[in-house]
Amino acid sequence: MTTLLSASNVSRAFGGVQALNGCSLEVRRGSITGLIGPNGSGKTTLFNVMTGYVKPDAGSVTFEGQNITGARPNKVFELGVGRTFQLTRIFARMTVLENMLVATQREESWLRGLTRSKSSPRELEAAMEWLNFVGLAHLAKLEAGSLSYGQRKLLELAYVLVANPDVILLDEPAGGVNLTLINVIAEKIQALNEQGKTFLVVEHNMEFVMKICHQVTVMHQGTDLVTGTPGEVRTNPAVLDAYLGGGDETDEELEELANG
Amino acid sequence: MKKWSNLWWLAGLVVALVLPLVMTNPAYRGIAVYTLLFTACATSWNMFSGYSGYVNLGAAVFYGTGAYSEDLLANHLNMSGGAALFWLVPLSGVVAMLIGIPVGLVALRVRRHTYVVITIAIFFVFQLAATNFGFTGGTAGLTIPFIPWMASYFDVPFYYVALAVLIFAILLSAGVRRSRFGLQLLAIRDDEDRALGLGVQVAAVKLTGYVMSGFVIGMCGAIYAMKQGQIYPQFVFDPLFDITVALMCFFGGFGTLVGPIIGGVVLESAQQYLTVTYSSGGSLYLIIFGALFLLVILFMPRGIVVYVKDWWGRRQSRIESSQTAATAGVAS
Repeated sequence: MTTLLSASNVSRAFGGVQALNGCSLEVRRGSITGLIGPNGSGKTTLFNVMTGYVKPDAGSVTFEGQNITGARPNKVFELGVGRTFQLTRIFARMTVLENMLVATQREESWLRGLTRSKSSPRELEAAMEWLNFVGLAHLAKLEAGSLSYGQRKLLELAYVLVANPDVILLDEPAGGVNLTLINVIAEKIQALNEQGKTFLVVEHNMEFVMKICHQVTVMHQGTDLVTGTPGEVRTNPAVLDAYLGGGDETDEELEELANG
Repeated sequence: MKKWSNLWWLAGLVVALVLPLVMTNPAYRGIAVYTLLFTACATSWNMFSGYSGYVNLGAAVFYGTGAYSEDLLANHLNMSGGAALFWLVPLSGVVAMLIGIPVGLVALRVRRHTYVVITIAIFFVFQLAATNFGFTGGTAGLTIPFIPWMASYFDVPFYYVALAVLIFAILLSAGVRRSRFGLQLLAIRDDEDRALGLGVQVAAVKLTGYVMSGFVIGMCGAIYAMKQGQIYPQFVFDPLFDITVALMCFFGGFGTLVGPIIGGVVLESAQQYLTVTYSSGGSLYLIIFGALFLLVILFMPRGIVVYVKDWWGRRQSRIESSQTAATAGVAS
């Protein structure tokens, strides 16, 4: 499998805190790659660097062989890198359907937007199709702000998907979501992966990560500690050390990590 | 529902068209012209600030620029007073847009509250510039060639031109609301960073919206300049203008199409009426405006239109549920 998206030796400091310190990550085409690590290990910052929200102090980000270091978020999205946020972000005062429509044309110039209507029949169809996929089609006309937390997660996933990106970065897709819905989300990701979509997933729920990921990278103190299959990572002593040393992980999480 | 709203629009248009024929008192005609101008400004202001959430408290930059362009163009082209001066109105709107490009580039670099403060600061820069530059006539202002129309008839052409500008503003605002561009403005209002991450070119979209709103406001300034004959920096670059236009939108319904129209018609005609009627206490309306602003923010923070819509919706659902209950009672 070839590399689709990669970060190499990325560093970034916020004030005196070195959030990223020479971190490298590789996402292969067609894979589901997991990114785990204790709280504050720099996972979300790495996401932000890879999607253009944060400019790195050093290092580079490459997508399909093209250097995209420091490109603006809209440019990164236009090229085909979609993402969701840890704290789900939707357009609360627009309808669910309008939320979907924002993302339908990722390669369109803003000038074109002045002269065309909100949506074409084809875009509407695609939006409804993906809403159907995540099971929100019946709520299309509702104001998005009235959705529950779990529904917002699904909506965010749906409107990233409608733009048909090549790789999707998911920041804690199972965070704060009930068990049934976690399984639904896992199934959706796997189904999409079988159709050829590539995923990079940050998640604290180890069961979720171990179940769906082909390859896992463990981050610690702003750098990549270990990369391997879920099985390899689980038994790696350095990983257990990082979690124990991290101090802010619960016993259950350690247990989960050890037992898978 | 849809049919009813079309009827409302049609009724409004008919009333607006025949009003100056019925209302022959020149003082009231004057009030009507200002009401149309301010309603057009509020509609246009709302098209950017209401949709995107970027509250612009320096809209008088456009208004004053439009007013000065009208006078400067008329004088430099050696035009004589008359209806031909109306041709300069759209041109002045374009000048306001052009001035809006560098202003927008500076102001829109920052977000939300900081943006509001920057727009106020830029407004005062313009007011100071108009007061101190030579080509603007300094504190003495500028004069447009005298328009020799009869007093009884004077405001009628202004009325219909202002009405045309208002209709244009409403159509533009409605068109934006239906376009992809409008969708992007709304997305920026709700979550700008998220919109950016979904491919919305936020900087370009915001600047376009800002500059577009300047076109109508600039045209209104130009019509004002023509009607007044004489303009002074403190009256066309007027902080009260900034606040009034924003208040009209908040009063009627921020971010809605109808809100600024209701706000503009109600507030501007009330203000003008109070000023004309109680000319000695010219600042009475300011006290009333202040009180009104507080009441709106406290009790109808989303404006009359949204408040009434919610109230109507609740009433309908109450009626429906009581009807269902009644039928259920009969059945049992």
